Amino acid sequence: MAAGVATWLPFARAAAVGWLPLAKKTMPKPPVDNSSRSDEILYVNVSGVRFQTWKNTLDRYPDTLLGSSEKEFFYNDDTQEYFFDRDPEMFRHILNFYRTGKLHYPRHECIQAFDEELAFYGIVPEIIGDCCMEEYRDRKKENQERLAEDTEANEAMDAPLPPHSTPRERLWRAFENPHTSTMALVFYYVTGFFIAVSVIANVVETVPCRPPKGSVKDLPCGEKYQLAFFCMDTACVLIFTFEYLMRLFAAPSRCKFMRSVMSVIDVVAIMPYYIGLVMPENEDVSGAFVTLRVFRVFRIFKFSRHSQGLRILGYTLKSCASELGFLLFSLTMAIIIFATVMFYAEKGTKGSTFTSIPASFWYTIVTMTTLGYGDMVPNTIAGKIFGSICSLSGVLVIALPVPVIVSNFSRIYHQNQRADKMRAQQKVRLARIRMAKKGTTNAFLQYKEDRALGVRRVRTHDGHNGDITFTQRTSFIHYYYLVCRITCENLYFVFKDGMKLQPIPNDQNITSHVRAAMRLANSTVSVSRGSVQELDTLHGKGPPGPPQTRSSLNAQINLKLNCGEQDFSAAIISIPTPPANTPDESLPPSPAAIPGGILRNTRATAYTPDAVKISSL
Amino acid sequence: KTDDELEMTTVCHRPEALEQLESQTNFCKQELQILYRGFKNECPSGIVNEETFKHIYAQFFPHGDASMYAHYLFNAFDTTNNGSIKFKDFVMGLSILLRGTLREKLEWTFHLYDINRDGYINREEMTEIVKAIYDMMGKYTHPAMKGDVPQQHVDAFFQKMDKNKDGVVTLEEFVIACQEDEIMMKSMQLFENVM
Repeated sequence: MAAGVATWLPFARAAAVGWLPLAKKTMPKPPVDNSSRSDEILYVNVSGVRFQTWKNTLDRYPDTLLGSSEKEFFYNDDTQEYFFDRDPEMFRHILNFYRTGKLHYPRHECIQAFDEELAFYGIVPEIIGDCCMEEYRDRKKENQERLAEDTEANEAMDAPLPPHSTPRERLWRAFENPHTSTMALVFYYVTGFFIAVSVIANVVETVPCRPPKGSVKDLPCGEKYQLAFFCMDTACVLIFTFEYLMRLFAAPSRCKFMRSVMSVIDVVAIMPYYIGLVMPENEDVSGAFVTLRVFRVFRIFKFSRHSQGLRILGYTLKSCASELGFLLFSLTMAIIIFATVMFYAEKGTKGSTFTSIPASFWYTIVTMTTLGYGDMVPNTIAGKIFGSICSLSGVLVIALPVPVIVSNFSRIYHQNQRADKMRAQQKVRLARIRMAKKGTTNAFLQYKEDRALGVRRVRTHDGHNGDITFTQRTSFIHYYYLVCRITCENLYFVFKDGMKLQPIPNDQNITSHVRAAMRLANSTVSVSRGSVQELDTLHGKGPPGPPQTRSSLNAQINLKLNCGEQDFSAAIISIPTPPANTPDESLPPSPAAIPGGILRNTRATAYTPDAVKISSL
Repeated sequence: KTDDELEMTTVCHRPEALEQLESQTNFCKQELQILYRGFKNECPSGIVNEETFKHIYAQFFPHGDASMYAHYLFNAFDTTNNGSIKFKDFVMGLSILLRGTLREKLEWTFHLYDINRDGYINREEMTEIVKAIYDMMGKYTHPAMKGDVPQQHVDAFFQKMDKNKDGVVTLEEFVIACQEDEIMMKSMQLFENVM
């Protein structure tokens, strides 16, 4: 601990005196600590809450914000204190870390907020003390999982198709999300129907029907109407085969698809039919064939594509694999023990049903699960005693892992519900967020423009007495940028409409020229949506050839600025139209970001008219 | 055992008043304040026991095994011999070592070497001390610690210190011999007033 070393250092130095009589050479000079021993109290103001601490306390961890010279950036000379515009509640914990050397995680705080504070103050989360580390880790993992699920749900479900998708991709998407197209929905319901038909047929064909004329014995329906059932089976299998082949064709990764659970179920469901087709009418083989028909019942698992509850159940069982394994293992142990005991207890009795230990397994299982069929019953007193112990312990052993499984299922089920709810509300939420953000950013921009230019309202060319339009706003942004650049370089403007080349010498009042240019630009811009005016400028002399294409002009964006030289700039100013409804990122960067930097609107690449690109040399 | 530990921590020792300590030691008020703040931060109960002592020394000398030397140091600091160092002991010891007169320092060192407090340093005690120091330095001693290097060191020491060759070194012999040793005097001066 840094604090410890600092405290005990004089003591360690002092104790070095003890070596001196033994030293054969002179000791080296101890390093002199030039920092004044007189400690001073620092004042740290976090959003109005004043903290005071010794300077040494903060210096203990020089690789954090408060311990290094980085905090000088936050020093307020007027009030002689360090001001941070952050959460004072969190700061308490941060400061305690400096004091005690241990960072604690407050349980009632949001984990993301805490992480952000730590990142701001330059503290690595790994040093959270052992007392709080586990809680921190759990919360963080839970949060990450939840966020991952949400993003997954968002993009997986109703993501718009990429514009150029092959038929194969579209097919796959139709299979995975039936809600996307009507055809997919129809197919989905048809397969569902046929699964049901197939399962019901399998069940009904074993029901005894009235025997045909001339026979006394009851016949199962399957044999009476053999042809009908065969035709139905064939039809179902054809549909299933078709579906499987389609899925196989459409799958993005065939190997992965073939290994997935659902495809295995599909195969198992249709295999018996084909095997039955190719199987010869051999007596002993047909016995095996009959057992193969059992696999037809797997068709019912195909319903899990159609039912989310089934999927959740399956997923729960998969995630509780370890608990189930434990249950199985402990049951096996108990069964073996009790079976052995019962066998030896009942060995002497005549006519005992406990003929062997494996035979006693059946009794043990039936007793432990409290079924008690009564086909095997102990007769001796010892047998009865052990039998009762067996049933009691069975109840306990089975009851233990069950709550774990139940809680897992509950967690997963609630997660799914939450995901579904979120998806349903997603569209509405997004729209509302968009509106809110656009409103606030527009208001903010307007506020900034008003304040900067001292202009309250602007009348547009056609007499609109309204707010500053989007186009007007961006022209103000241009204005700022150009004024900035113009202070150190010459600027040549040429407007496409025929204005001639106007060199602007350094000593003139440049800003008026620019303003004039801007006004001209604005006046020629129609305020209505949908029109884009592009004002190109050309080079005069200077760098090679006047590039006319946008791309080559863009290529000059990366050239450096040369203040005071006779270079001049080519500016492409395209006044964008206010975009119809785009998500929040479409707004131009705020004026504050522009001076001193090359304006780059990276998002403009998505929609070309939106570009506010200015390249300058 | 945990109950005893609990008792240890709940019992809180408070040092004497600041003015008293100031008069008894060579530190000024601010220095005492700084020392106490650090001390109290590290040991809120107000006392340092031997385990903590060894732990502190292990932090400073991670390469070797500082426990033996720490043990002897602990005994030297613990003037009241009750198994724990209070702030007063700590600060008095520091006062002597950092701000004391030459004679006081030498006396303190003599007491450090005299493990059984009988007033004499004999060969066994010296060997113990030298071994402890070599242990503390670990592998990085020069010369490297081989079998009889400590023994040679002890012999050299006795040759220098033991004037009347009676096999033990008394306090007077020690002080006189040290004052004659120029190397040591120079080193002592380096440690003058270092905090």
